[in-house]
Amino acid sequence: MKPAKRSPLQGGPLAYAVLGVATLLAVFPFYWTLVAASRSNSELSAATPALTPGPNLFHNLGEALQQAAIGTALLNSLLVSSVVTAGVVLSSTLAGFAFAKLRFRGRGLLLAVTVGTMMIPPQLGVIPLFMVIVKLDLQNKLPAVVLPSLVSAFGVFFMRQFLLQALPDELIEAGRVDGASLLRIFRSIVLPVARPGMAVLGMLTFMATWNDFFWPIVALSSQNPTVQVALKSLGQGYVPDQSIVMAGTLLGTLPVLVVFALLGRQIVGGIMQGAVKG
Amino acid sequence: MAISSARLPAVASAGPRPRRAGRLAPYGFVAPFFVLFAAFGLFPLLYTAYVSLHRVELQTADRMDWLGLQNYTRLLEDPFFWNALRNTFTIGVLSTVPQLLMALGLAHLLNYRLRGRTFFRVAMLMPYATSVAAATLVFAQLFGRDYGLINWALGSVGLDPVDWQADTWASQFGVSAIVTWRWTGYNALIYLAGMQAIPADLYESAAVDGASRWQQFRHITVPGLRPTIVFTVVVSTIGATQLFGEPLLYEGNSGGGISHQYQTLGLYMYEQGWSFFHLGRAAAVAWVMFLLIVVLALVNAAVAARRNRTDR
Repeated sequence: MKPAKRSPLQGGPLAYAVLGVATLLAVFPFYWTLVAASRSNSELSAATPALTPGPNLFHNLGEALQQAAIGTALLNSLLVSSVVTAGVVLSSTLAGFAFAKLRFRGRGLLLAVTVGTMMIPPQLGVIPLFMVIVKLDLQNKLPAVVLPSLVSAFGVFFMRQFLLQALPDELIEAGRVDGASLLRIFRSIVLPVARPGMAVLGMLTFMATWNDFFWPIVALSSQNPTVQVALKSLGQGYVPDQSIVMAGTLLGTLPVLVVFALLGRQIVGGIMQGAVKG
Repeated sequence: MAISSARLPAVASAGPRPRRAGRLAPYGFVAPFFVLFAAFGLFPLLYTAYVSLHRVELQTADRMDWLGLQNYTRLLEDPFFWNALRNTFTIGVLSTVPQLLMALGLAHLLNYRLRGRTFFRVAMLMPYATSVAAATLVFAQLFGRDYGLINWALGSVGLDPVDWQADTWASQFGVSAIVTWRWTGYNALIYLAGMQAIPADLYESAAVDGASRWQQFRHITVPGLRPTIVFTVVVSTIGATQLFGEPLLYEGNSGGGISHQYQTLGLYMYEQGWSFFHLGRAAAVAWVMFLLIVVLALVNAAVAARRNRTDR
């Protein structure tokens, strides 16, 4: 479909007004986090709350970094999210290629199992998973969070769909005629074609891992947390200082927002590409 | 978009024929995924059922005593279980229904020819980039009883403050608002993708026939989107059934409020396992949640199938 023909509807003033209000509602909590993180606690509990940023931002950020191990948490989250992203993108591209373009016994069944488990809530496996982690003596250690997330059924399905459409069979056939091994074909033919899909999957995986909450709070303690676990203890502590809680929230959100500011357009495209269509 | 609409000929299922030496190679490609998937994905899924039939305590997770169905019967006798089930349902409806309706409306607007279209799309998706923890901490403050911005705004137009934490409906609304805020833009984009797959000539010929914009929306857009709508309903239902982080952090305790007024099943499971140390009983809750999801998915599918039949 050509972009120009996509919609015959011309937006009127009402469309702009409604979208403007929706944009405000979507963005306001971010703005307010910045406001609250740059004020003092007493200003936040005043009769008329502050609505513009104040002068305390760096003081509050420093406090937040000291409390609840936010500094460690940021490093931990960066490490966990990077390793998980690399693992998911690589394992998904390998398996996605095999499912999309190779013939082998049991392919249908294996793919069905993979896709089928996407519908099952992660909570269902959390208790045995926890018991496994305890047995491996990984409790409160980062591998406890990394290992179970290194592969993703969604990732395999995503890469399969992408390669099914993006990778012509003729290219692989040409590689075979030239006598290249399958691994060689993967490296020099599949990987270059797969790159846009890998990039989208990588961004989505990084964001999801950075934001993951349920499994990390089960597997990690507040001594060695990821950012989300640290935010939980910051919010639950006997520290009623809301401006510092918001400073911590800002620190935890900022990295993903930066990714989003740089690559927002591609992320939007990736989500729309992954959608089920009529 | 260009990639997905340019369909390749359906040769994928055939694929190039491998040579004899390469016959095992495909297994090598799927092995990294399946080894980890089996160990940390499939095995725990299946083993949960076994755990749920035993007494397993958090401190002595190695020891398992056979209980049969006792974890389940204890669950059914626990009023807090029924309370959590009810809350999961009401919060699920409060968050899912407005969310999807607003997403549908926004997608329709985003599908117009607009200046700054990309800006609007990215802005709508921004809440999706936040974590449950961050979003909940921010909203918990906005919904604060004494110093919250929302009560201040209500007061400035002469309305009484609402206790967004202690009151049952208000607190459930608060929790639902967090979910709605985070996911509306995401669903709007999913709908938008579906709308762009509807051929533009349908609208043009409808316009020629004198159909109003509302009629076009009702008779072209909504039917064309049906598979997408079913998809989002199923995904949101599953999400609502598992709701956990928002009620945990809304006030910061695993009870879901002083009188458990917004404790969900996900939170109840966490409380059983990691506050009361009953891993076996928590596993039973997990299985109940799973069965609930299966039932809801089947109901969704049945409703969708039936509507398809009556409409065509």
